[in-house]
Amino acid sequence: MDAVKMKNIIKKFGEVVANDKVDLSVKKGEIHSILGENGAGKSTLMKILFGLYTRDNGEIYINEKKVDINSPSTAINLGIGMIHQHFMLVNRLSVTENIIAGQEPIVNNIFINKKAARKDVKDLAERYNFKINPKAKIEDLSVGEQQRVEILKALYRDAEILILDEPTAVLTPQEVEEFFEVLNTLKEAGKTIIFITHKLEETMEISDNITILRDGKKIADLKTEETDSNELARMMVGHEIDFSVDKKEMQSGKDVLGLEGINAYNERSFLNLKNINFKVGEGEILGVAGVEGNGQLELEEIIMGLMNFESGKIYFKDKDISHYSTSKRRQLGIAHIPSDRLKRGMIKGFNLGENIILGSEWQKPFAENGILNKDRIFKYSDKIIKDFDIRTTGSRSSASDLSGGNQQKLVLGRELSREPELLVVAQPTRGVDVGAREFIHDLLLEMRSEGKAILLISSELDEITKLSDRILVLYEGKIVANDKADKFTREELGLLMAGHEGEDIDEKQSTK
Amino acid sequence: MKNKVLNKIKNMSGWTDLIYSLFAIVVAFIIGAILIKISGYSVKTAYTTLFNGAFGNTYNFTQTLVKTIPLIFTGLAVAIGFQSGLLNIGAEGQLYWGAFATTIIILIFPGLPALILIPIGIIAGALAGGAWAAVPGYLKAKTGAHEVVTTIMFNYIATLGTTFLIKNYFKAAGPVDQTAKIPEKARLPELMANTGLSWAIFVGIATVIVISYLLNRTSLGYDIKAVGENASAAEYGGINSKRITVITMAISGAVAGLAGSMIVMGVLHRFITNFSPGYGFTGIAVAVMGKNRPWGVLLAALLFGALEAGGMSMQLFAKIPKDLMTVVQGLVILFVAAPSLYNIITGSKDTKEVEV
Repeated sequence: MDAVKMKNIIKKFGEVVANDKVDLSVKKGEIHSILGENGAGKSTLMKILFGLYTRDNGEIYINEKKVDINSPSTAINLGIGMIHQHFMLVNRLSVTENIIAGQEPIVNNIFINKKAARKDVKDLAERYNFKINPKAKIEDLSVGEQQRVEILKALYRDAEILILDEPTAVLTPQEVEEFFEVLNTLKEAGKTIIFITHKLEETMEISDNITILRDGKKIADLKTEETDSNELARMMVGHEIDFSVDKKEMQSGKDVLGLEGINAYNERSFLNLKNINFKVGEGEILGVAGVEGNGQLELEEIIMGLMNFESGKIYFKDKDISHYSTSKRRQLGIAHIPSDRLKRGMIKGFNLGENIILGSEWQKPFAENGILNKDRIFKYSDKIIKDFDIRTTGSRSSASDLSGGNQQKLVLGRELSREPELLVVAQPTRGVDVGAREFIHDLLLEMRSEGKAILLISSELDEITKLSDRILVLYEGKIVANDKADKFTREELGLLMAGHEGEDIDEKQSTK
Repeated sequence: MKNKVLNKIKNMSGWTDLIYSLFAIVVAFIIGAILIKISGYSVKTAYTTLFNGAFGNTYNFTQTLVKTIPLIFTGLAVAIGFQSGLLNIGAEGQLYWGAFATTIIILIFPGLPALILIPIGIIAGALAGGAWAAVPGYLKAKTGAHEVVTTIMFNYIATLGTTFLIKNYFKAAGPVDQTAKIPEKARLPELMANTGLSWAIFVGIATVIVISYLLNRTSLGYDIKAVGENASAAEYGGINSKRITVITMAISGAVAGLAGSMIVMGVLHRFITNFSPGYGFTGIAVAVMGKNRPWGVLLAALLFGALEAGGMSMQLFAKIPKDLMTVVQGLVILFVAAPSLYNIITGSKDTKEVEV
């Protein structure tokens, strides 16, 4: 039986066709992946199913009955639950309070029956084998745990069909494994799961059936067991992808960035950076590996002058820039691809042209004596949009209309076109599809061969090992290893990231 | 073809906002009509006298403009703050200091020629308002003190502070707490005799043009809006958001201060304690109605001026309480501030959805 059937779905945003006659059928009790690049129309399709968008055309059947879904509440009543990429949780409230919000068990028409609520949540968690403390506050939970709360929230509302929008984007590799166990438990319990993703390996690992979207159109329906990642990649992007990298040996030149004895404390995350020392030279990519939250963000912000530090010095080409403002550092030739592009990297209410001159709005040729020259701004941004293949309706369209991958290209376009000498690149391919990922990696390697110094901060081990000349590993704010990239094996890096010191690794290796 | 044009118009958000706002006004007047009816008056009489009172003849229209002028400035002041994410509730206080500084500087240098005295008076008002508003800006940048709280408190200091100074140091003879009149030459020339409508209206329009240019065409305006839209991203780009907060508050306060200058130089010709009927606060409503855009503020100020002037003659000639027009003002704001009501009533959907 088909739990979900969508027929001939059309959805337009102005001139852009986000869904072009898309069909989808999902069998009851299966895990069904919807695979596609960013901007392929996956999220739009699911938002239509969940009633967040109204379709322009097409039919929807739930359990083979034709339905009309116009709002999330209709969808919820039909047993559909959606877990968004960005969680919709109240940080200050407990797990229980978040789960029951809107459907609280009530005593005497006024009071929330907290006891009953906590029991409900506990039972629910136990039934699906979720490890979670109902009394814990959301802000104290890890991202993986928060995601489980979101899933419980949907289950509490009796969801039979769960839509998960890029659920693994925010998880560490270990958390992904746990998450997949959760999915399998849900599947055994008879739930239907729709899994939106652009990650091929995950699709292959977890799903029963796959639907591929590209440019708003359905490309194929496949059985997972009858396909492989190469075929999926080809269908998703529309051409063959070369996963190997062609990396020339580079003789690293003069030091461009140097950190000496940096100590810092972040009051918000309680993280201490302890005695950070490293250098990055011309034509060199220094990869910073580590599980997120071990000091990467602090490192990034300190180098850019966005966070204060207690002691130590930062050098840019022998110049002490420890006390330079962010603006002065950028003008010296430091470019920055921030890890949080929505928060730091772009201004959603601004159009693309305005975003592309962020940080250069006082400088020629974009401004003279404080007066902006809009013609030059838009001419320049048109060129960047073309050079970096940003899919958009034009320089004057709003940055909020871009998909994730194109937002990242916008940031890259802005930063790399400033002819920097040093690039501070953090999580450059997060939430970005295969095609754009390839594009970004090539760009970074090109920058390297032009002799730029690159500090690459990434929690994706593949990215680090693929691109870096040297690698350092951050663990709890300390550098636990720093050496040439070929001195590490993947296993070693994994163990270092997990906090094992050098000797431990030798032991583990010898016991193998 | 027609659809294409329509879409184009829709994409120009200024136009959409204008359509929304006109819609809000219409709905507010309809509900207003019901209230007038319930209160036992004739809707037709009420709205004809209202309209005539506001636009019926040249004199009445000048009265509308007189009421409009201070609101242009206070509305602009609040709108500038909004653009940078700041809620300047202190326009009222800034207006008082502006009026005070203008009056005092003119009274100190009465001998200067008009060509110098008038600009000095205007500049003094702007500087005083700007300096007064920069303090809450600085407090926010340095300590994080919220500008809503500080500017509200500063309003009390301003109204009571000016009253104190006038009573003790600058009071003219007589029972009223007010200064002496400023000399004839320091007054803004009237456009029509005995209407109170002076050159201040041109200063108002010029200020709209300047602020619009500042926000849309200059690097500083870019920084102001960037901080308002996303302070984290602005800082990432090298913008010093704290500095921008202080500057924005100063500009906002300067414009509010100008409102005071204009009232003194154009209408009252002296400082009278507690002279403002809350222009600074009405400015907040004007900014909301004008969607924080300078030209929108100008139109909104005109609407509020017309309701004020028309309401007066409605009360005077039709004996229908002016408060009903205050209710209409409130309804207009309510509908403007809640555009989703428009969607519900017209049944349109998906106005703002975007691909995430």
